Amino acid sequence: MIAGESIFNQNNGSLPEEVLLVRTIRRMLSYAVPYWQHLLVAVVTLTTLTVLGMVNPYFSGMLVDRVLKGGEKQLLLPICGGMLLVALARGVLRYIKGCQIERVGQGVIYDLRVSLYAHLQRLSFSYYDKVRTGELMSRLTGDVEALRVFFSDGILNLYECALTLVVVMVILLKMNTKLTLLCLSMSPFLAWVVFRFDSQIRPAYSHIRRQNASLSAVVQENIAGVRVVKAFAREQHEIDKFARENEKLWERVVYSADVRATYIPIMDLLSGFSSVAVLWYGGYQVIQGNLTLGSFVAFNSYIWSLIWPIRRLGHLVNLLEQALAAAERLFEILDTQPAIASPAGAVSRKVRGKVEFRNVNLHYGSADVLQDINLVVEPGTTVAIVGATGSGKTSLVNLIPRFYDVTGGQVLVDDVDVRDWDLGALRKHIGIALQETFLFSMPVGDNIAFGRQDASQTDIEAAAQAAQAHAFISDLPEGYDTFVGERGIGLSGGQRQRVAIARALLTDPRILILDDATSSVDMETEHRIQIALRSIMQGRTTFIIAHRLATVKDADIILVMENGRIVAQGTHDSLLLTSAIYNDIYQEQYREQERLRDLVQATGTTGGGVVG
Amino acid sequence: MTWCRQQGQRGVGWLAKARKDPKATSKPRTNLYDQDEAIEKPFDKAQFVRLLSFLRPYRQTVVYVLALMIVLAVANLSNPYLMKIAIDVHITNGNLLGLSLIGLLLLGLQFVVLYCSRQRTRLMSRLGQNILLDMRAQLFAHIQRLSFKFFDSRPAGKIMVRITNDVNQLNQLLTGGLVNLITDIISLVGITLVMFWMNWQLALFSLLVVPLLLLIATKLRRLVRETWRDVRYRNANINANLQETLSGMRVIQCFGREETNLQHFRDLNDDYKNAWMRAMRINMFFGPSVDITQVIGSVVVYWFGSQLLFAGNNITVGELVAFIGYLGRFWGPISDLSNIYNQLLIAMASAERVFEILDYPVDIDDAPDAIELGTIRGEVIFDNVTFGYNDDRMVLQNINLHAQPGQTIALVGPTGAGKSSIINLVSRFYDPQAGSIYIDGQDIRKVSLNSLRRQIGLVLQDTFIFSGTVRDNIRYGRLDATEAEIIAAAKAVNAHEFIMQLERGYDTELQERGSKLSVGQRQLISFARALLADPRILILDEATSSIDTHTEKLIQEALAVLLQGRTSFVIAHRLSTIRDADLIVVIDKGRIVEQGTHLELLGRRGVYYNLNRVQLLQGEAM
Repeated sequence: MIAGESIFNQNNGSLPEEVLLVRTIRRMLSYAVPYWQHLLVAVVTLTTLTVLGMVNPYFSGMLVDRVLKGGEKQLLLPICGGMLLVALARGVLRYIKGCQIERVGQGVIYDLRVSLYAHLQRLSFSYYDKVRTGELMSRLTGDVEALRVFFSDGILNLYECALTLVVVMVILLKMNTKLTLLCLSMSPFLAWVVFRFDSQIRPAYSHIRRQNASLSAVVQENIAGVRVVKAFAREQHEIDKFARENEKLWERVVYSADVRATYIPIMDLLSGFSSVAVLWYGGYQVIQGNLTLGSFVAFNSYIWSLIWPIRRLGHLVNLLEQALAAAERLFEILDTQPAIASPAGAVSRKVRGKVEFRNVNLHYGSADVLQDINLVVEPGTTVAIVGATGSGKTSLVNLIPRFYDVTGGQVLVDDVDVRDWDLGALRKHIGIALQETFLFSMPVGDNIAFGRQDASQTDIEAAAQAAQAHAFISDLPEGYDTFVGERGIGLSGGQRQRVAIARALLTDPRILILDDATSSVDMETEHRIQIALRSIMQGRTTFIIAHRLATVKDADIILVMENGRIVAQGTHDSLLLTSAIYNDIYQEQYREQERLRDLVQATGTTGGGVVG
Repeated sequence: MTWCRQQGQRGVGWLAKARKDPKATSKPRTNLYDQDEAIEKPFDKAQFVRLLSFLRPYRQTVVYVLALMIVLAVANLSNPYLMKIAIDVHITNGNLLGLSLIGLLLLGLQFVVLYCSRQRTRLMSRLGQNILLDMRAQLFAHIQRLSFKFFDSRPAGKIMVRITNDVNQLNQLLTGGLVNLITDIISLVGITLVMFWMNWQLALFSLLVVPLLLLIATKLRRLVRETWRDVRYRNANINANLQETLSGMRVIQCFGREETNLQHFRDLNDDYKNAWMRAMRINMFFGPSVDITQVIGSVVVYWFGSQLLFAGNNITVGELVAFIGYLGRFWGPISDLSNIYNQLLIAMASAERVFEILDYPVDIDDAPDAIELGTIRGEVIFDNVTFGYNDDRMVLQNINLHAQPGQTIALVGPTGAGKSSIINLVSRFYDPQAGSIYIDGQDIRKVSLNSLRRQIGLVLQDTFIFSGTVRDNIRYGRLDATEAEIIAAAKAVNAHEFIMQLERGYDTELQERGSKLSVGQRQLISFARALLADPRILILDEATSSIDTHTEKLIQEALAVLLQGRTSFVIAHRLSTIRDADLIVVIDKGRIVEQGTHLELLGRRGVYYNLNRVQLLQGEAM
């Protein structure tokens, strides 16, 4: 079992949900810590803003009582002037606050994105074997955005609501205790509604997010597999598949809206009750003469400052829940331990090229992939691996750059266990052309220089020459500057493979691994690549996986693999004598060869005098 | 070795630099590693109308929602007026009964609001989601109809972003923005009417500041739009980079590019952050300017109001208070509107991207009078076919080819000669620029695509595995296949044995791209898939290149039986594979240079003869 790395982190399964929630919130907030100065400035300005916000209703009350009713005309100018000044100050403060808090939000997502990116680059092949790119993308874009919204909008809003509530409450209590208490009588109900709302909306949002990810995955797969879809005329099938996910998303989103439709109007209603109560009871007190009309007007405008934070609560709970759902999913990625990492005190030096397998075993789940592999390869040796599909050839070579870890035994490079090597140092000296060729959407030249960016154009062309890629690249519209699209669309399979070989060669590797890297290249070109490699790889260790015996027969050691074991090894000549399997392969290919020769001869042309 | 000397350390440095600055180069940059095109124009009325046309099927709901909004707006607006009556009429006169009645009325209104806003949210979410559902379905269905030409020029990630992100972007506009927009407009109109009705002089005074605000808004608007465009452009770059990094992660780790990539990603994020802050600094002017104008408006009302009051004009304290109340409600929508305008621009940019795809012509489509192709015999004729993926570069020239029913046609030639292009034309994945292709004497442009492709089995170089079980993947060839048929197909291509060795046999879950399987195993599955489809024409595009000789031999035995009665096209590099073909077609540089049987071609001592000699030479060395 490839242990230690799973898509979903199960470690926390035993803890109660509340503890986890608090932990997620704390962890989420910790991202704002580096920006505490900006946050502090924002909080201070916001506090001032809130307090200043209380001044204008006070002025309004004074205006009504003393100017309009009391007729103190001389107060009109100072009050109006005061109002304007306050407004101006608030404007400036709001601007400062806005800029500061955006800084926090941007800082948080910057850090988060970069750490996610760095972490994803550390996760090993086994992670990418399991995870879907479409789903990861939706996390990295949508979830990060949800967190930004929370940090640049949610946090301060929450604080503002709380602060306004407290300040207004104090003012109102001072003005009229009874009226205030009446006003607050709805709060317990309100709190209960908010709580219920929260507990229902949270799962609703996480369902939406997951469904969004599934939908993305369907699209991603459809587009990646478009050739198969079209080849089998399965468009309708795909449309149906998409429609199912699409409708599911509809249901989930509409459900969440229904939850909002149920609770938010109730919150509004409850806060509306307060204002009606104040009107009625306050008016009654004015009639009784216990309250001045001016205070009543002021009180009424303060009531709005009490009601809006409560109303906004629903919206804020929304934001918080979305952010939490997003944060959980992002932390899931960050918490995935890379199955493969450099140990402390890792060996970091130049690789000479000795490779040794000691009693190596490898299994995925219950399936044995490799068993009892023992092999010593001296620097400069060329090792060829042949064997049936699925016999473990690729798995074997994948162990050398430590793309996977063995489940038993050891793989050693230069007599050091690969698990003790610094990964960067180890891989730097290993050049690989993988079975499936991935080219990046950049110029061909840059693709070749992918492993060594400081390479000169001469180097790049030399590598391309060796890989027999120079000629066709030169024929491209812009030569080495021609962009090759995602997955190298625009180039044929064989051309892509040759670019990949050039890319591997340019890294000047001590160990070169060619994993069926010429399968789509025609035989003549492959032959030329072989000849070029022979001189380049002098003194370097080479592993070649291939099916054509002509490709492998000059190797120093040929390994014959079957069902995850090395069943025979030796040179071409010795294997012909010792290995039945090798002999079978040889006979099959040789017989074809014989027939080929017979046919050529039958048409009156001898093999003599051919040019290489 | 000296072949790659450590010279010229700066060889590719200029490329890296050029990549960073998108404006520093005049090259077409549509499909860059880390860039997405930023289609954006000023507000386009036609596009907006088109966006609204998605509402058409839901006209009734729209009308109902509008009615609800009007009720809500009226209820909200009547609040200050009722307060005014309470203060002016009842409190001043000490009329407790009247006050209580108003209280009850307000209470009743609260319940009306409760009902209406609940209905509005429910209906709006359904309306919005219906539109998004339709839009996504339309997009997806349209993309299914597009030819390879479309996919050739676009990374998968970019197409995906259109269906997911861009449509979701519209979600905000449709479910949030439009509601707010309409509510705001109704409120604005309502408030203005009420204010003029209450006291037209005061109303005029208080609205004096509106032109000032409009001036600020229009000045800022252009600046804001430009900076937001910058933000979106940079965001698209980040996404494109992410997408490609994730897809190419294996190569990145092979070549130890993590550090460089991270640095590049940081740079992209820095750019984005700076662009965002720039946009924000300008955008932030809106809120405070609205606030300040609002207070100026209130002060003006107080000032003139009190002058009117002192002058003994017919104005009451309650009226003044109510007036200020309305004025407060007037500015809320105004400041919202500036946000909505922004939202609208963002959404319109997304809408444009969505429409761009919807408008992408379906260049390979059933002719209007397309006929259903009955069960074919399998005769394929290329009549003087010339073809290029782009009009300026032909990859096939004057191809003439005649495949009799049941024949095996082998296509031979160097990499890039045009072999794959020929078979792409048989399935009509592309249309030729000149000439025609006939199947059973019928021009394939005149038959329905579905009836054509259903009868053609295709096994490609790049095997694609869908996420799902092994069984699902084989069944993809024929959705109604029985278990027995699936197993029979797997057995025929020697896939059964290894499938049974998997953890859960045919029920083993495979991930997208089938990473649990070796490349060869994936090819076997795609063989079984093609076989199950029971096609009349079978095409193998280098399908056996990653299968070892032994397995290939077994497959070929199976295929020999299965090919009987089917026309087949085979592309392979191994000449031994194609020797037995009925017709060997040698292609070079987009032209057929030789065709005939193996013996005929050898006798001709041409290209084919030479290919054989090279292979023989290599074999001899064995």
